[in-house]
Amino acid sequence: MSSIATADVGHHGGTEPHGDHHHHELGFWQKYVFSTDHKVIGLQYGITGLSFLFFGFLLMLVMRWQLANPGAAVPVVGAFLRSVFGETVMTDSGALTAAGYNVFGAMHGTIMVFFGVVPVAVAGFGNYVVPLQIGAPDMAFPKLNMASFWCFFTSCVIMTGSFFVKGSAAKSGWTAYPPLAGIADLESGSLWLNGQTVWLIAMVFNITGSLLGSINFITTIIQLRAPGLTWMRLPFFVWAQFVTAFLLVLAFPPLEAAGFMQLTDRVLGTSFFMPTGLMVGQTVAQTWSGGGSPILWQHLFWFLAHPEVYVLILPAIGIVSEIVANNTRKPLYGYKAMVYSVFTLGFLSFIVWAHHMYMTGMGAKVAAFFQVTTIMISVPSVILLTALLLSLWGGSIRFNTPMLFATAFLPMFGLGGLTGIPLAFNAVDLFLHDTYYVIGHFHYVVAPGTIFGLFAGVYFWYPKVTGRKMSEFLGKVHFWGSLVFINGLFFPMFLQGMAGVHRRWYDGGVTYEQLAGPVLHWNKVMTVSAGLLALFQLVFIFNFFTSWRIGKKVGRNPWDATTIDWDTPTPPPHGNFDKPVEVFRGPYEYSVPGHSSDFHPQSQRD
Amino acid sequence: MSNLITKYFPFFTDAEVPHTVSARPDTGLYSAKLGIWLFLASEVMLFGGLFSAYIFLRIGAEPGYWPSGLLNVPVGTMNTAILIVSSITVVMAWAALKMRQLGKYKLYMLVTIICGLIFLTVKLSYEWPAKFNHFGVFIRKDAASKYEEFLGNKHLQDAGQNPRWEISGHLLDAPKGSSYSHQAEHNAEHFAHETGRHDAVTPAENDYVIQVDAVNANPSDKENDRPHFWPVPMSTKLAVISAADVESASVFAPRHSTYFATYFLITGLHGLHVLGGILVFLYLWLPFPGGTKLYKTNPEHLANRVEIAGLFWHFVDLVWIFVFPIFYLL
Repeated sequence: MSSIATADVGHHGGTEPHGDHHHHELGFWQKYVFSTDHKVIGLQYGITGLSFLFFGFLLMLVMRWQLANPGAAVPVVGAFLRSVFGETVMTDSGALTAAGYNVFGAMHGTIMVFFGVVPVAVAGFGNYVVPLQIGAPDMAFPKLNMASFWCFFTSCVIMTGSFFVKGSAAKSGWTAYPPLAGIADLESGSLWLNGQTVWLIAMVFNITGSLLGSINFITTIIQLRAPGLTWMRLPFFVWAQFVTAFLLVLAFPPLEAAGFMQLTDRVLGTSFFMPTGLMVGQTVAQTWSGGGSPILWQHLFWFLAHPEVYVLILPAIGIVSEIVANNTRKPLYGYKAMVYSVFTLGFLSFIVWAHHMYMTGMGAKVAAFFQVTTIMISVPSVILLTALLLSLWGGSIRFNTPMLFATAFLPMFGLGGLTGIPLAFNAVDLFLHDTYYVIGHFHYVVAPGTIFGLFAGVYFWYPKVTGRKMSEFLGKVHFWGSLVFINGLFFPMFLQGMAGVHRRWYDGGVTYEQLAGPVLHWNKVMTVSAGLLALFQLVFIFNFFTSWRIGKKVGRNPWDATTIDWDTPTPPPHGNFDKPVEVFRGPYEYSVPGHSSDFHPQSQRD
Repeated sequence: MSNLITKYFPFFTDAEVPHTVSARPDTGLYSAKLGIWLFLASEVMLFGGLFSAYIFLRIGAEPGYWPSGLLNVPVGTMNTAILIVSSITVVMAWAALKMRQLGKYKLYMLVTIICGLIFLTVKLSYEWPAKFNHFGVFIRKDAASKYEEFLGNKHLQDAGQNPRWEISGHLLDAPKGSSYSHQAEHNAEHFAHETGRHDAVTPAENDYVIQVDAVNANPSDKENDRPHFWPVPMSTKLAVISAADVESASVFAPRHSTYFATYFLITGLHGLHVLGGILVFLYLWLPFPGGTKLYKTNPEHLANRVEIAGLFWHFVDLVWIFVFPIFYLL
C-alpha cells in the first residue's frame, strides 16, 4: 500500500505530494488542492503553517542581527532584502531601518501566532489526527472544512502581500493598539492599500477561517466518535483540541468585531478607538469625531488574545501526552484529572485577559480581580504538567526523537509558566511590563514549549502520513542543537528584562547604555544562538523532505500505540478505515498485567 | 442533479459522513443542528463584542455627545414587527415540511422571504438615506453662548438635563470647498421650492446654513425635552453658523459620532445577516438540487435545512430585538 502511495508522490511532486489517498477518478487539483478530505486539508494547513513559522523566524533573525549590531548591514542577504522589502524597511546599505524594525516586529508576532502556530497546532494536527483518533471517516462538514482552509489561505496571501504596499506592512505590533494603529500608515496616501488596513482585512479572513474550522472540530468530536468511544475513552489530544476549539469559537468573534471597528476608524472616519482631541504632529486631529476609547480595543483584543495563549499551548500538551504515554509504555498519570484541568483552564482563560492591561490605569479593584483569576489559572496548568511529569515516573522510557522533544517540552514549558507567575502580580508587573522579561516568558511557553510539542508531533505522526519514518539520527541532531540554542536565545532575555531593557528598543539598548550596559553583551549571545538555531532547523527541513523518499518504511502501527489512529492503513485512504472500527477500552492501556503484549489497542476486543 | 455536480465539480465528493440527516442516538442531534448552534454561539460573541462596545462608549461619552431621538421610531417599530412575523412564518414553513405539505411550505417560505426583503428595503432605501441627508454641527463649547437660541442650554440646565452642543437639520449652505457643497445646493433648491424663500445662501464663505430640526428651533420648549414617538417635521428656521465656531460637522454618517458609528456598524452587520438569511431561504425555496428538488428524494433532509436556516433567522431577529431599543428608544 505504502509503496503505491510513494510512487504516486514521485509523480506529482507538487505542494502537497504526501497527502495521498486512493480515491479513484480524482485528478491532481481535486485531490491535493481543492480537496474536502480532512487529511489533505490538515497537510495543507500544516505545510502552509510550517512555511510561515520559518518565514516568521527569518524576520526575527534580521531583527536579532540589528539588536546585536545596531545599524550594521545585514550580512550576505542585505542587498537582497533591500530589493525585496524596499526603502521603508531597509537602507541602501542593507541595514534594517527603524520603521523596518517595527514592520518585522509586528509581522513576526502576527505570523507566528495566527499564521504559524495556530494553523499547524490546531488546524493541521487537529484536522489530520482528530478524525483518525475518534474513528471518523472525515470531519462532520467536509465542504466547510475546505472553505476554512481557503479563507485561511486568502488571509495568508493578503498578509504576505501587505509587505509590498506603499510604506510596507503593518508597524503597530501584533496587538495593533490604537490610537497609534488608528493613524499608522495613512501617510502612504491610500486609504485601503496601506500596511495596517491590509493587516485588518487579512485578520478578518483569518478569524473567519478559524471560526468555521473550530465549529467543525467540536461537531466532529461530539457526533462522529466510533461506537464504544465514550468521553472518558478519548485520547487526551482530542480533549485538548475540543477545549481549544471552544476557546476559538467564543474568543475570536470579539476580535473580529474589534477588527471591523478599527477598519471603520481607518477608512470611514469613525472614532471607536480614537479619543477626543487626539494630537497628531502637534495639531488636533480633525478626522475623528472623538469620544472613542483606546482602552476598549485593549479589552476586545485581549479577550481573544489571552485565550489565544491557551489555543497555542493546549494542542501541544495534547501531542506531548500522546507521545509520553506511548513511549513510557504506561497509562497517563491522572488522565481524568487532566481532562477536568483542561476544562477548568479553558473556562478560566476567559476571565484573565486584563492582566495584560495593568499599566492602563484601569483601577486597583479591577486589577486585583484579574490578579486573583490569573493566579488561579496556574492551578490547572500545574496539574497538567505534574501529571505528565509523574507519567514518566518508573517507566522504561524509549528515547526516540518524538519522545526527546516531548520530554524537553516539560521543563521548557514549566520555565515559561513559572516565569509568568511574577507577571500576574500587579506590583511586579508594573516594573516588568514591556521588558524583555515578558518576551522571555511567553517565548519559553510558545517556542521551546509549543513548537517543541509540534516537532514531537511531526516526528510522531510522520510515519502515518507518509508510510516512512524520519531519520532518527538527523532527528537527534535537530533536537540537541535546538535545545541548546533555543535556551541560549531566550534565557538571557530574563536577565535583560530584569535589568529593565525595553522590548521595543530597536538598537538593542545602546541608546540607554547607562541602564542596559551591564546586560548589553547578551545581545551577541542571543543573536549567535538564533543563527545557530536556524542552522539546526535546516537539518529538520532536510530530514522532512528526504524521508519522504528514503525513510524507513513502516506498517500500520510503528510505535506500538494503542489509539485507533494507528488502526488505519498507512497512509490512510479516503474514508480512513478499511474495516468497521469499534472501541473497547481506554486510550492508554500499556503494560497491562497479564496481557500478552505491552500494549492493548483500543479497538481490540480482548 | 447531484450526480451532475459530482461530475463537474468532483472535489465536492465527500467521504460518507454519518449523521448528516439522521440524528445520532446518544446526542439526539444531526450534525448540522449542532453546528448551527455553535455558529450562533460565535455570533452571540460577535454581536456581544459590538454591544459591549456600545455600552463602554456610551458610559464613557461626555455629556451631550450621545445623541438621542434622531431615528424614526414608528418605522423602526414596523420593521421590528415585520421581522417577528417572518420568524413565525419560517417556523410554519418548517412545520409544513415536517407534515410533508410542500405547497404550504412554499407559501410560508415566500412570506418569510418577502418580510426579509421589506425589512432590508426600508432600511436601505428609506432609513439610511434619510440619515445621509441629515446634517449635524457640534458647536465648540467656548462659542456655545452665541447659539443659545438653538441649543437652549440654560433651559436644559434648569431642567437638570444634559447640555446640547449640536445643531442639526438640513444643510443649505456649506463653507467653500466643503465636500457637502453639492448636497447643500440640492437642499437649498428644495427649500426655495417649498417655502419660496431664497435667503438660504449667505455671502459669507465660511458659514454653515442649516434648516434646523424642531428640537433646535424651540430648544427651550419642554415638549422637546424628551424624544417624540412620531417624528416632528423640520422647522423652517435657519441657523447660520460660522465655521470658526464648529468643533465637528458631518451628515449622520458613521463619522458623525460614536453613536452613529455604532448604529451603522451594528445595523449594517445585522443587515448583512438578513441578506444572508434571505439568500439561503431563496435557495431552499427554489427548485435547486439542495432546495425544493430535495423534497422528492429526501424530504427530511430539506426539513432539516429549513430548521437550521430558521434557527439562524431567529437569531437575526433576536439581535434586532436588542438593536431596536438601544438605538431607537434609549
